[in-house]
Amino acid sequence: MTETSNPGASGLNVDPTTLLGGGSLGRQFAVTAIAIGLGLLVGAALIVLSGLIGPAQTLDLTLPITAYGAVLEGALSGPKAIANTFNSATPLIFTGLSVAFGFRAGLFNIGANGQLLMGAFFAAIFGSIAGIPFPIALLLALFASAVGGALWGFIPGALKAWRGAHEVVTTIMLNSTAFLLLNLLASQVFKDPAATFPRTPNVSTDAILPIVLAGTRLHGGIILAVLTAVAIWFLLFKTTLGFEIRMVGANASAARYAGIRPGLITILTMSIAGGLAGIGGGVEILGITKSYPAEYIVNYGFDGIAVALLGRAHPIGVVGAALLFGVMRAGAASMQRATDIPVDIISIVQGVILLFVAAQVVIQHLLPAARTRRGDPVAAAAA
Amino acid sequence: MDPSKPAPAKQPANVPLSITAAQPDPAVAAADQAAGGTTVDPAVAARATAPALEMRGISKRFPGVVANDGITLSIQPGQIHALLGENGAGKSTLMNILYGLLSPDEGEILLDGKPVQIADPSDAIARGIGMVHQHFMLVPVFTVAENIVLGNETMANAVFLDVHKSEGRIRDLATQLGFQIDPDTKVGDLSVGIQQRIEILKALYRGAKVLILDEPTAVLTPQETVEIFAVLRRLASEGTSIVFISHKLYEVLEIADTITVIRRGRVVGEADPKTATEEDLAEMMVGREVSLIVDKGPAHPGDVVLQVQDLVVADDRGTVVVDGASFEVRAGEIFGIAGVAGNGQAELVEALNGLRRIRAGRVTLNGHDVTSHSSRELSERGIAYIPGDRQRYGLVMTFPVEDNLILTEYHHAPFSRFGIIDERAIAKRAAELIPAFDIRTPSGEVPTSTLSGGNQQKVIVAREFSRDLALLIADQPTRGIDVGSIEFIHKQIVAKRDAGTAVLLVSAELDEVLELSDRIGIMYRGRLVAVVDAATAEKDRIGLIMATGRVDSPGLGTSVVRAEVPA
Repeated sequence: MTETSNPGASGLNVDPTTLLGGGSLGRQFAVTAIAIGLGLLVGAALIVLSGLIGPAQTLDLTLPITAYGAVLEGALSGPKAIANTFNSATPLIFTGLSVAFGFRAGLFNIGANGQLLMGAFFAAIFGSIAGIPFPIALLLALFASAVGGALWGFIPGALKAWRGAHEVVTTIMLNSTAFLLLNLLASQVFKDPAATFPRTPNVSTDAILPIVLAGTRLHGGIILAVLTAVAIWFLLFKTTLGFEIRMVGANASAARYAGIRPGLITILTMSIAGGLAGIGGGVEILGITKSYPAEYIVNYGFDGIAVALLGRAHPIGVVGAALLFGVMRAGAASMQRATDIPVDIISIVQGVILLFVAAQVVIQHLLPAARTRRGDPVAAAAA
Repeated sequence: MDPSKPAPAKQPANVPLSITAAQPDPAVAAADQAAGGTTVDPAVAARATAPALEMRGISKRFPGVVANDGITLSIQPGQIHALLGENGAGKSTLMNILYGLLSPDEGEILLDGKPVQIADPSDAIARGIGMVHQHFMLVPVFTVAENIVLGNETMANAVFLDVHKSEGRIRDLATQLGFQIDPDTKVGDLSVGIQQRIEILKALYRGAKVLILDEPTAVLTPQETVEIFAVLRRLASEGTSIVFISHKLYEVLEIADTITVIRRGRVVGEADPKTATEEDLAEMMVGREVSLIVDKGPAHPGDVVLQVQDLVVADDRGTVVVDGASFEVRAGEIFGIAGVAGNGQAELVEALNGLRRIRAGRVTLNGHDVTSHSSRELSERGIAYIPGDRQRYGLVMTFPVEDNLILTEYHHAPFSRFGIIDERAIAKRAAELIPAFDIRTPSGEVPTSTLSGGNQQKVIVAREFSRDLALLIADQPTRGIDVGSIEFIHKQIVAKRDAGTAVLLVSAELDEVLELSDRIGIMYRGRLVAVVDAATAEKDRIGLIMATGRVDSPGLGTSVVRAEVPA
């Protein structure tokens, strides 16, 4: 009997599912919307403050409106701006899905960045093979990116299932490992001899993601990302495997009782999560950079954690959160141009939104229905 | 008892039958109780003072449900007042109102005769109301003293705590209650029974005059229960009023001075523990006659279904705890395993379900060797399992009820086809099982965590019983649930037996094993030391074997078949 007491006494025992909160979909949506609103409010205060200490040194209460207006204009006015927004959101959808998928199985995938790098590198190498016709070359490169990312997800999954190594520790280490290993490969083994700075050869034109909006840089990645999100939603909520993954995430002991081998699910989940991040890397290479630079410094994996949390680890929520981040990213530069407010303010707003998402207990109390005590046995039993 | 009949006369509060000086020595009273006596002196409760606590006409409504409907309750100083009711009857709501966690829609609360408004728990504490929750609110890595003073620290100066002063007070309080405690020990290292005493100390340290205990024995062993009862009696004898919430009838009869029974948010009657019987109380609680005695005919045992030979299983620390256990269970019989908790029963059951590695020995099911098969294989061969820790193993609390109803069958038709979950088939199964097993839930789609304990257990029973099964393994099938649900689950188990299923029952409640089983195996230090025919078994003798492991105790007669003990 004593063994069931004192949960949480065992040190590093983060349960990612607790970060997702509960309640109906509508309620989760409301909590998230309030978090975003509060984040924007705090951001507005900071913008006013930056006006005070900035070059203009004036107290301008309308400055936040001007600034946010400029963000929206930069992100949404005209096809080029929208293309930029979608292109910014695309890799975040993939890494967000990767992290969210792990959450559902109770896994904290901090390694989406490393997995994305592996996917990017695999796409660059397989995409540069000459002589394959258009759709096949592209599909091969994308498939390779998924395999590369999955490999980088499989390792921490297997280490956890077989040796009990915590995935937070191993995925963080594998991020650096991936970056340094690929740096070495791209600058030594697979270096394009014609290039001025170290990078892999350009991918073949038959492997490049086609532009989907004429006159802009909008490539097909966004379509692929949304389709992937729908597929992941289906996998999680409509398939037997998804049922097993969610069961392991919610209660691994009960999953064992129900005949599931949690270790196998852990490996599978981490591999799929890695594959998702990997495709995100592949899309970046095949849609934007066209080759893998030796020093490929990106932050999509960590922003993916933010996107997954803001999207409540729900695939559709992830798409929404990634688009929001895409708007902020794409519009930040035009805000700086219009108002002299540094782009870093936008990063702060993103951070504050996350803070409010994490501190959702506070927000729960702002909602009227939260007045009913949670877990009241009487209300629950007879309701 | 018919609720319309007058409840047994309550001890009139204003007649001082005896004075506090005439109280029996609490230790003696405790010993009497332990021996099965019923000599609680009600005079303790009958002092000629205003009630320590009165709740008048308390009502509390939640959307769609009246949790408390005009409840009136009066508690005398130094009285142990039991609040008895099924899960979901409204006991906890009432106590949460008293503790300031909820505010009542109607009614008033009086402390020492004066009306008060209790705003929040810190207000309640300041007014001398203490609460010990069923799930302890302790910090395991803190010491006993740190836990007790948490939130009420004695400061040596502006910066540092005065630990010594606090520790001294804690030692004094514990001595007063008749036990020793080292305030310097980490709480995580202490047993559940001791942790509960720390919770009580915590309340007393804050000056509690009224102590609320929410199902205090739910997590305790029988021995710890005896000990905590002694502490409670001592507390009461020193003037603390105690509200004791429970749905265990015999406990309430043993400890309480007065019993108030609540059903569906209303007081249905009061009972005097001196005259009331368990049957009376059960009927008041449930609102109809409840059979506490399992109604079953003779068993018709068939072929051997489960055969266990020389099984060896280790616990999590690698210590061998099942050490050569051998027994068999036949179709159409209930084989009960009795034993003091911790003699290997839990590990035996886990091993039989493929959840724990078998080190040596052989298990056959219907003649097939199934030793070390996976849980999935065993389940598909027809083993159903009601796990002892339902929230940990039996249910995914965040999943909807309907998903939990197919938790062990989700992977095959009709619930899964070609890897796709068929939600309509799941909803259809839920629509069948929820009424058939009387699961009280607003729908199949609500999270299982919102159900009461008894209804959660019914979800497991419904799921496991609706499968095609050869062997049912039931580990503590009725732990912590109310009498109405216990009766229902017992009936279902007997019905399964009569339908030809082999049943292996493990329970910490010897009475349950005795009543339900056809044969009883007594487990001691990892072995079945004796197998007894339940019809002729005597409780005292089984208890003796459980405690000593010795079969050659005098007077066992021919009813005991000595189990083969391997060399």
